[in-house]
Amino acid sequence: MTIQIFLQQVANGISIGSLYSLIAIGYTMVYGILRLINFAHGDIFMMAAYFMVFSMINFSLPWYISTIIVIVVTIALGVLIEKIAYKPLRDAPRMSIMISAIGMSFLLENLAVYLFTGVPKGFPDIEILTKSISFGNISLSVVTVITPIVTLIMLIFVLFITNKTKIGMAMRAVSKDYETARLMGININKVISTTFVIGSGLAAIGAILWGSKYPSVIPLMGVMPGLKCFIAAVLGGIGNTTGAVLGGFILGMSEIMLVSFLPSLTGYRDAIAFIILIVVLLVKPTGLLGEKVTDKV
Amino acid sequence: MITNNTNKNLLKNILLIVIFATIVVLLDFDIIGDDYVRRVLNLAAIYTIVSVSMNLVNGFTGLFSLGQAGFMAIGAYTVAIFTVPIEYRPNIFYVIPQNPILAQIQLPFVVALILGGLFAALVAILIGMPVLRLKSDYLAIATLGFSEIIRIVFTNTKTITNGALGIKSIPEMPTMWVFFGIAIISVVFIVLLINSSYGRAFKAIREDDIAAEAMGINLFKHKVLSFAIGAFFAGIGGGLLASLLGTVDPKQFYFTMTYNFLLIIVLGGMGSISGTVIASFVVTVGLEVLRFFDDTLIIFGVNIPIFRAGLRMVVFSALLMILVLFFRNGILGQKELSWDLLDKYINKKKTPHKKTTKGGATH
Repeated sequence: MTIQIFLQQVANGISIGSLYSLIAIGYTMVYGILRLINFAHGDIFMMAAYFMVFSMINFSLPWYISTIIVIVVTIALGVLIEKIAYKPLRDAPRMSIMISAIGMSFLLENLAVYLFTGVPKGFPDIEILTKSISFGNISLSVVTVITPIVTLIMLIFVLFITNKTKIGMAMRAVSKDYETARLMGININKVISTTFVIGSGLAAIGAILWGSKYPSVIPLMGVMPGLKCFIAAVLGGIGNTTGAVLGGFILGMSEIMLVSFLPSLTGYRDAIAFIILIVVLLVKPTGLLGEKVTDKV
Repeated sequence: MITNNTNKNLLKNILLIVIFATIVVLLDFDIIGDDYVRRVLNLAAIYTIVSVSMNLVNGFTGLFSLGQAGFMAIGAYTVAIFTVPIEYRPNIFYVIPQNPILAQIQLPFVVALILGGLFAALVAILIGMPVLRLKSDYLAIATLGFSEIIRIVFTNTKTITNGALGIKSIPEMPTMWVFFGIAIISVVFIVLLINSSYGRAFKAIREDDIAAEAMGINLFKHKVLSFAIGAFFAGIGGGLLASLLGTVDPKQFYFTMTYNFLLIIVLGGMGSISGTVIASFVVTVGLEVLRFFDDTLIIFGVNIPIFRAGLRMVVFSALLMILVLFFRNGILGQKELSWDLLDKYINKKKTPHKKTTKGGATH
């Protein structure tokens, strides 16, 4: 392998890793507050990609207006899902809430198959993102370069909200102790909705960047990214935003490196995420940056 | 009074068994029903096996495991690899030839089926030893991950499993009794298990694992045992599915398959065997009945545009949501269906009188 190909692969790894990070932030925030794996998150991401297809191809809107519309609609979808599937189950046992999340994910997938058919749709070409630029001998598309930058900006944005604003303080309070926070007069529903707003917004941005990189939109496209991003969140320490970003990078990097160094194992590409997950859960169940939690007896 | 009731219930049970056996015999000899009906009922029997085993793990032991599809794949592939007649194999493995050792082995169906179950249980023990330390959603995601890893491995080990092409020409079973017989044996086995001291330990772990441990129950041993038995029957179910469909390929065992069984145990009631059996038949037959959603519907020459491919699964998943949101306990909750329960229900309908509460047994 020449140094040039190697650097190209590193750039790809960072790019895909930061995409995972972006979606993983959504998982980690919801988990931090509701203690729930939002199985539907990957499907919200899928829906965002479809919204982009519709707004740019069917309604021929320019990309900058479409982006805004898609983010808004996706956020609305995310909040709606929370209201339908999670809110009625606030005091239900963990297993019921999780089954509800699985059901929601399944419903969104089937709805997408029904409404948009299983035939892949082409993601619209956003020229500003898909154009390629070269650094010396390496040529990369703009989206590859821009993704890590977007992710870092978003990470700073989310950290700012959670650490410096009033709603962020409420979020931290809710994630520490749900019941006490409620007794202290924190509006739980507002906090949870805000979490879903941020998470879904990031999923929408992720979907636009993803679509510019892999321009084929199908109803099941959210499943694998969804699971992998959850794994990234667990790897970094679930509930920890910086950890989610770190986990995403590690996951993206190890995947790309597996494919480029051991091409014979390319078929196992999707398995590596799960292997990493299981190893992490066994060695350090709270993830790389996770806090130690003690069980209440 | 009690003896009178027991006698009456015994009679009712015998009557029910006779009716059930008669129906299966009539179906089996092609007197009533057709191939389609038989196929759906056989599928329901397979779903019963897998759902009841999943309920053992999820409903009775309280381990949220989502690995059923993976364990079924193990059973299905074992049956597929060992039962396809040797002379057909070069035609199936035409791209990459089968492993020369495996290519010479052909086993009888029952042996391959049990072997499939045992392989699944073995894998479950290997997986379970490290993973069962995890709790609720971590366990769910880890088992789901394992089920995906199994599927990915099967897609890639082409000399053994023929990769994505799958294996065809698996011999089909001539009689429904293969499916129903094994389903009955599995259900009886799991009922006996649940009512044994092991079953009580499982339920104790479900209610509160820390308290259970304090009472001297070996958590690790019982969790692995429950997980392995669940996997064994999932493997058996997978093997039967392979023989029913006559073909296996990795795509069948995508992890969304596990959601079917999840729907069944939620509908039947987590922690109710009879509920799960009823729900298995309701869901399997229901999925077939709902098939009309997928066909175009024309009323008075007008094509109703809502009815097209995919609607069935939308309805199916919407039902799962409604169930979880509004009928969280399913049909039976943690109760078991019995004549006494039925009598009580009918009496309550007839004469609406004050509810009498009996202590203890149920929640």
